Amino acid sequence: MAGTVKRKNGDSHRQSRRGTEEKPFVKWILISVALAFCLVFLLLPLVNVFAQAFGLGWKAYLNALRDPNSWSAIRLTLIVAAIAVPLNTIFGICAAWAIAKFNFRGKSLLITLIDLPFSVSPVVAGLMFVVLFGMNGFFGPWLENHPLHLFGKVIELKIIYAVPGIVLATMFVTFPFVARELIPVMQATGTEQEQAALTLGASGWTTFWHVTLPSVKWGLIYGIILCNARAMGEFGAVSVVSGSIVGQTETMPLWIQSLNNGNTQAATAAAFAVASLLALLALVTLGFKTLLEWKQAREYQRAQEAPLPPIPQSDTAFLSKMS
Amino acid sequence: MSIELKNVSKQFGGVKAVNDVSFSVNEGELMALLGPSGGGKTTVLRMIAGLEMPTSGDVFIRGQRMNDVSVRERNIGFVFQNYALFKNMTVFKNIAFGLKIKKWKRADIKDRVAEMLKLFKIEGLEKRYPHQLSGGQRQRVAIARALAPKPSVLLLDEPFGAVDAKVRQELREWLVKLHHDLNVTTIFVTHDQEEALEVSNRIVIFAPGGNLQQIGAPREVYEQPANLFVAQFIGVMNILDTEVKDGVARAGELQFAAHDQPNGTKLKIGFRPYAVQVSTDLNLYPYKAVLRHTFFLGVMLRLEFQLSSGLPLRSRMTKEEYAQLGLEDGREVSLQIRNYRILAKEEVGLPPETEFKYQPPPTIAEHI
Repeated sequence: MAGTVKRKNGDSHRQSRRGTEEKPFVKWILISVALAFCLVFLLLPLVNVFAQAFGLGWKAYLNALRDPNSWSAIRLTLIVAAIAVPLNTIFGICAAWAIAKFNFRGKSLLITLIDLPFSVSPVVAGLMFVVLFGMNGFFGPWLENHPLHLFGKVIELKIIYAVPGIVLATMFVTFPFVARELIPVMQATGTEQEQAALTLGASGWTTFWHVTLPSVKWGLIYGIILCNARAMGEFGAVSVVSGSIVGQTETMPLWIQSLNNGNTQAATAAAFAVASLLALLALVTLGFKTLLEWKQAREYQRAQEAPLPPIPQSDTAFLSKMS
Repeated sequence: MSIELKNVSKQFGGVKAVNDVSFSVNEGELMALLGPSGGGKTTVLRMIAGLEMPTSGDVFIRGQRMNDVSVRERNIGFVFQNYALFKNMTVFKNIAFGLKIKKWKRADIKDRVAEMLKLFKIEGLEKRYPHQLSGGQRQRVAIARALAPKPSVLLLDEPFGAVDAKVRQELREWLVKLHHDLNVTTIFVTHDQEEALEVSNRIVIFAPGGNLQQIGAPREVYEQPANLFVAQFIGVMNILDTEVKDGVARAGELQFAAHDQPNGTKLKIGFRPYAVQVSTDLNLYPYKAVLRHTFFLGVMLRLEFQLSSGLPLRSRMTKEEYAQLGLEDGREVSLQIRNYRILAKEEVGLPPETEFKYQPPPTIAEHI
């Protein structure tokens, strides 16, 4: 009798301790499913990319990358990212600032617009630019008839099937990243610190540089990293506007596609070689992101645990000494 | 004259936050803006700082019209309710910020910050970040930061709102001392009447809707409240609805002289608890009452009496007086009221025969 009572108590104790947890086998099943999924759909293909890339040996790998067309694709991708990412960073900061710090009519419309690139298919995004700037588009004929006169030279500004179009399409697709990361951080920070800076005589620019930016630093860097990853990897929108002129308007993702269509073993290996660079970029991005999160957590932790210097007086003990 | 507001109004959308407010603050004064929430006191403070612009009216600082002068050029020190310290900067950098903006020399900045740290007794904390400080320390850093660039006026928004009650009392004394030592014109916003009475030289009292009610020294607004609102807001007051009959205002058996008032006039009459005199000699004073309840507030006691007519009255006395009189709950006493004020008047006379109806609780201000 005593034994049963005892066991009952023990059970209830265990139940209350784990009242919010699932039974162990449910937990393990969920973990294994998630792990298996990652393994089959993420890790395996990634490993395969590198395996295929080095399938014909180191030399073939290096040759594939040294190929002038590959090199041109790599360069173009870097150029596009170098233009699109900084511009989107600036636009993103502006948009986030406007949304987080001001109240105005059409604010929710602006938030919706910022998210638009996420909800529009990249192909449609590309087509929008073709319709706007293509030969038969709204501005195409006008642009053709109005070449720029710069430094005594006549420059015809071509957008579609040229680099500007690729930059535009990339910017469209990657627009939301920075703004999306910044808005919640800025909203949480509020405007009091900026107001304090103003009362101390700081200009808007000084306030932005010394008060606003440092307080959203991590969110901003995170947004830029994500923006860059997408800018370099974008395929759909870019493929519509680029025209895939080999050696001229092919970015890395497009060039990988062209190589892969080559259907020879060497071409496939070359495709995987270039793809391995993009995969590497993804890994580096992931690494950066983890590093950032870790650093941020550590900075916080350090601030929490920092050995504090001895306080000369307690909070109010000094009062008695003053009078 | 350090600061002057002339007919200042502020509207947010359709809501009037500040309504035609005029007052001035003298050089070196410690002024409290007191009022309930929605009284527009913080808006007034922010308009002096330049963080809000008046919808109409003028703000002057040291004789100069400030309406078109931006916050940055007003040379004010502002302490925010939650301090708004720069969380990514150390205490040193926080205090040095305003000096750097004003392009002080590096060595001067160092000296000035050291001076502020010493003045505010926060030496040794200069390398800490705001989140590593206690509430009281944060507040002192915020005031040090505001005062470092030598502003012409120090503005504080609810300076003691964010610290716990025990520290608050001591910080009040500290603010008075600080003001005494530095003699910088200081305006602070508070909703706590006790705080305003204790700390300030003068008090500006606002009612909801941003209407200015009274300006005066603490003693003045306490002893001579300009109207019913001030009387109810500042301190504890017995407030009675009376009606005049034959030159006497009556509420129950209580009678107050009101010689020049016509019959039927309704008066609100108020008197402080200390104006009620109590005796255990039932024939000494005109009104008979029973002590219903004694509240212990430390040295002072609050007593609630009930008159024969049922009217409740509130009084205060020290423990010693209480002991001397030999009072206890349920004891019968006689009372008189030494002085009183007419707070509001309604002359729309009702027929003098109208029966007097007394509504007890809401007529006695409860502000302890």
